[in-house]
Amino acid sequence: MSKQTQSPSVAGAEDRASTSVIDPPDQNAHQELSRERDAAKQKQKERLSQLDHESLIDLYRQMLLIRRFEEKAAEAYVAGKIGGFCHLYIGQEAVGVGVISALRQDDYVLGSYREHGQAIAKGMSAKAIMAELFGKVTGCSKGKGGSMHMFDKDLGFLGGHAIVGGQIPLATGTAFASKYQGKDQVTVCFFGEAAVNQGAFHESLNMAQLWKIPCIYICENNQYGMGTSLARAMSLRDIAQKACAYEMASEFVDGMDVLAVREATLRAVERGRKESLPTLLEVRTYRFMGHSMSDPGNYRTRAEIEKYQERDPIKLFSASLLEEGIVDQQKLDQLDHEVRVEVEEAVKFADESPEPPAEDLYTDVYANPINFQK
Amino acid sequence: MAILTIREALNQALREELARDENVFLMGEEVAAYQGAYKVTKGLLEEFGDKRVIDTPITELGFAGLGVGAAMAGLRPIVEFMTFNFSILATDQIINSAAKMLYMSGGQFKIPIVFRGPGGSAFQVSSQHSQALESWYAYFPGIKVVMPSTPADAKGLLKSAIRDDDPVVFIEQERMYGNKGEVPEDPEFTIPLGVADVKREGKDVTIVARSLMVPVALKAAETLEKQGVSCEVIDPRTIRPLDINTIVESVKKTNRVVVAEESHPTCGVNAEICTQIMERAFDYLDAPVKRVSGADVPMPYAKNLENMAIPDVNKIVAAVREVAYLD
Repeated sequence: MSKQTQSPSVAGAEDRASTSVIDPPDQNAHQELSRERDAAKQKQKERLSQLDHESLIDLYRQMLLIRRFEEKAAEAYVAGKIGGFCHLYIGQEAVGVGVISALRQDDYVLGSYREHGQAIAKGMSAKAIMAELFGKVTGCSKGKGGSMHMFDKDLGFLGGHAIVGGQIPLATGTAFASKYQGKDQVTVCFFGEAAVNQGAFHESLNMAQLWKIPCIYICENNQYGMGTSLARAMSLRDIAQKACAYEMASEFVDGMDVLAVREATLRAVERGRKESLPTLLEVRTYRFMGHSMSDPGNYRTRAEIEKYQERDPIKLFSASLLEEGIVDQQKLDQLDHEVRVEVEEAVKFADESPEPPAEDLYTDVYANPINFQK
Repeated sequence: MAILTIREALNQALREELARDENVFLMGEEVAAYQGAYKVTKGLLEEFGDKRVIDTPITELGFAGLGVGAAMAGLRPIVEFMTFNFSILATDQIINSAAKMLYMSGGQFKIPIVFRGPGGSAFQVSSQHSQALESWYAYFPGIKVVMPSTPADAKGLLKSAIRDDDPVVFIEQERMYGNKGEVPEDPEFTIPLGVADVKREGKDVTIVARSLMVPVALKAAETLEKQGVSCEVIDPRTIRPLDINTIVESVKKTNRVVVAEESHPTCGVNAEICTQIMERAFDYLDAPVKRVSGADVPMPYAKNLENMAIPDVNKIVAAVREVAYLD
C-alpha cells in the first residue's frame, strides 16, 4: 500500500511497477499476516455468542452462496452467456450479509452496480438474479435491467443503480418516505468509497442529518475506484470521519468479519428506528477480483491481494465456526454441496428460460401511457 | 369562472392536490417560509405545515434524488426548482433515475413525481438564468413534459401531472406568471396530459406555438387577420408525448405551417415537430414548414439584444406571410 501514497505525477511509474505481479510477500510479511488473521479470528470468536448456531450457519451459507454464485457468474460471463458489465462481489460477502442480517424484511436496501450479493442477502433467489444476468424474461427485472439493475419490490430490494453515488439521494428519499408515512422502517444504502467524492454523497448526508432521516449509509471501502487507489483520489481518507461534517454518527468496521459488520449495523438500525437518525458506516473490505470482468486488475500487487486473501471473510468465518465446534468439516462440505447445487440450478433455470418477448421492448416506459391513434 | 393569474392558478392546483392526497408533498428552495421565490407556493406552509411543504437547502441534485426515492416508496412528491436553470444540476436524478426506473426495474417501480418551476426566457438576467430546456427533457422516454400557456391550462395540467403515475417535467414560463385568464372553479377540473388545444381556429396557415409563444402567436394572428390571412394557432401543451394528430389535422386543412418557439433551434422541439409533419403530412403541404426560434446564442443581458434573441409578433407575421407566399 505504501506505493499508493506516491504523488499522482508518478502514477505511470507506479502502474508499471505494480504490473509485475510476481513479488510474493517475504517470510516476515507472511508471519505478520498470520498474526493479523489470528487476531481478527479471536475477535470474531468473541462475537459468536450474539447468535444461535443455526443463525450463524445461515450467515455462513449466505456468504458461501454469494461466493459460488459470483464464481459461476464469472464463468458464464467468459462463456458469453452474460453481456455488458459484470461487477463481482467476491471478497466483500461479509458486508452485504452482515448488514442485511441486522435488518427486518420490510427495511429497504439500495445498492450500486456491484449488487448481486446484496440482492441474494435480501432474499432474492439465485434463479431470478442469474436469469436477469442472462437477459431472460424470468429475471428479477424481466431482463431489462441486467447485472447493474436488480430489483425486487416485494423483498424491499430497490435496485442496483449504476451512476456512482446515484443511489445515495434515492435511499435518503426512501428513508424520508418511511418517516413521512409514520413507519419505523430503515433504509440501507450501499456504495463504494469512490462514491464519497461525489456531490450526491455530501448533499444526501447533509439532508439526512438535518431532517433526521433513518438512512444507514454503508461505505464499502474496497480501496479502489476501478483502477484508482484511494490514496490517489481522496484527500481525507478516513471516511468515517467525514460524518463529522454533518454531525452524523459513524463507525469504522472490519468488513472481513461478518459478525463485526452485523454488530455495527444493529447499532445503526437501533439509532434509525428509535431516534430516526442516520449513520455512516465505513466498512473496510477488499475485492479479490478486478473492478469488473473486463479488468485484469494489474494496478495491484500480488502481495497486496494475498494479504487480503489471508483475511478472506468466508475462510475466517468457517475457521471460527470449526474451531468453536459449531460446525464440523462434514457440515461445511454439506453446505458447500448445497449451494453449488443451488447455483447450478440457477444457471440451468437461466439457460432454459425464454428471452423477453419482442413486445416487451415498448412496455414499462410509462406507468400511465398515452396512446394516440394513428 | 374566476379571473386568475397563472401564478394564482398554479397555487390553487397545488393547494387542491395537497388537500386531496396525503401522499402529495412539496419541496424546494424557498417554497415554505419565504412563500416561494415567485410566490407560486404562497400560503401553503401555513395551510399544510412543514411536513408537507418543505424548504430545502440549495442542493438540487440531492433533493431531486430524494424526491425520486420517496416516489419509489409510495409518495407523490412535487419538487420545485426555483428556476429550471438549476435543474441542470439535478439532471442525473431526473434522467438516470426518474425516467428509467420503471423500465429498468421491469415495471416494478413507478415514479409519480412532478418537477416544476419557471423556465424559458426571463427579464434581463443574462445567459445562465434565461433559457428553454424542454428539448433536453423531452428527449428521454419515461418523462412527460408539460408547458402551459394560460391560467386554465396551468391549473388543469398541473393537477393532472400531480395525479399522473409518471415523472412529469412541468415548465412554467417565468415571464407569464402574471398573465390573467378565466379558470373553472370546479375543484375536479383537470386537463388531460397529451392533448393539444386549438387556441384559435383559422383556415389559411397553422401556427404551432407553446408556452411564451402562444400569446405572441395569437397577437400575430390578429395582425394577419387584418391582412386577410386566417391563422389557426395550436398549443401542444404537452411536449412529450406530443399530440401530433391535432397538428396534422390542422395542416391537412391549411396546408401551410409555422412552428414558433423561444428556445434555440438546434436539436429543438420545433425540429421534431417539423420532422413529424414531414413524415405524416408531406403531401398536404403547399409550402416548406417554417421555423421561428430563439437566436442561436446564449441569452444576452442588454435589453435591445435580449429583445432580438426572442421571437416577437413581427417575426411570426413575416414567417406566416412567407409560407403563404404573400411577399
